[in-house]
Amino acid sequence: MRVGVVTFPGTLDDVDAARAVRIGGNEAVSLWHGDHDLKGVDAVILPGGFSYGDYLRCGAISRFSPVMTEVVSAAQSGMPVLGICNGFQILCESHLLPGALLRNNHRKFVCRDQRLRIENVSTPWTSAFAQDQEIVVPLKNGEGQYVADAATIERLEGNGQIVARYLEVNPNGSIDDIAGISNEAGNVVGLMPHPEHGVEGLTGSGTDGLGFFTSLVERAFA
Amino acid sequence: MPKPEILDPQGKAVLGALPRLGFTGVSEVRQGKRFELEVAAADEATLAEVEKLAETFLANTVIENFTVRVEQA
Repeated sequence: MRVGVVTFPGTLDDVDAARAVRIGGNEAVSLWHGDHDLKGVDAVILPGGFSYGDYLRCGAISRFSPVMTEVVSAAQSGMPVLGICNGFQILCESHLLPGALLRNNHRKFVCRDQRLRIENVSTPWTSAFAQDQEIVVPLKNGEGQYVADAATIERLEGNGQIVARYLEVNPNGSIDDIAGISNEAGNVVGLMPHPEHGVEGLTGSGTDGLGFFTSLVERAFA
Repeated sequence: MPKPEILDPQGKAVLGALPRLGFTGVSEVRQGKRFELEVAAADEATLAEVEKLAETFLANTVIENFTVRVEQA
């Protein structure tokens, strides 16, 4: 599959994300925030970083970039979209995912190897994992505290839209230890930890993150 | 402003600093944002427009409340 990786001004993790896409067996296609088309890609990743300097709110300005108009409309017609960290924030600001991400409850930037449980393996990004599989991937954020009103949380829990949950430590105060969620259709996934940094033995905490990038292939051949 | 039910870590940090500076009478601090927009005339149509841009862009109504106020230059 051809997977677009969007670069906004201030994006940091686009190169790692593109590398993870290739290691996962897919073709990475660079997309620029000013692009008005998605170059025929089959899926899109919004990588981590500090797009537009996090001005106004994280992801608030990126949401109105030309490429996001295309991403929003493609996502609404079912294209798989994965937002990691800042990408998750952009998906929330775009209203493709419910809720919002606030500054960590302890007010410090956090950077650690984080244990997660993958609780929904029916999304195009998580199908390579076993149900409730535990993985360890890097986590690094300053504004990773997931919040939503009680009715939304209840709906997410009821529909199985909690894709990943923090284990052992809740690193940012997220409600119900939520590390990642999907939209109702399941094609749009937002994730605060960074699986793209955990795809090679040489660096990072291992290769547990790879599943997010091989899931698409499994789906294509399923 | 962050909605009342939303935790405000920045306000908490400010609150925590106050006693260190000798200010002891404050029990709660919440931090928000203020935008100053200049327009030619604050007529009804313009205010409606400002209300709309505040709701779609300046504020995230999932976590924030906002008010629009007119001040003379």
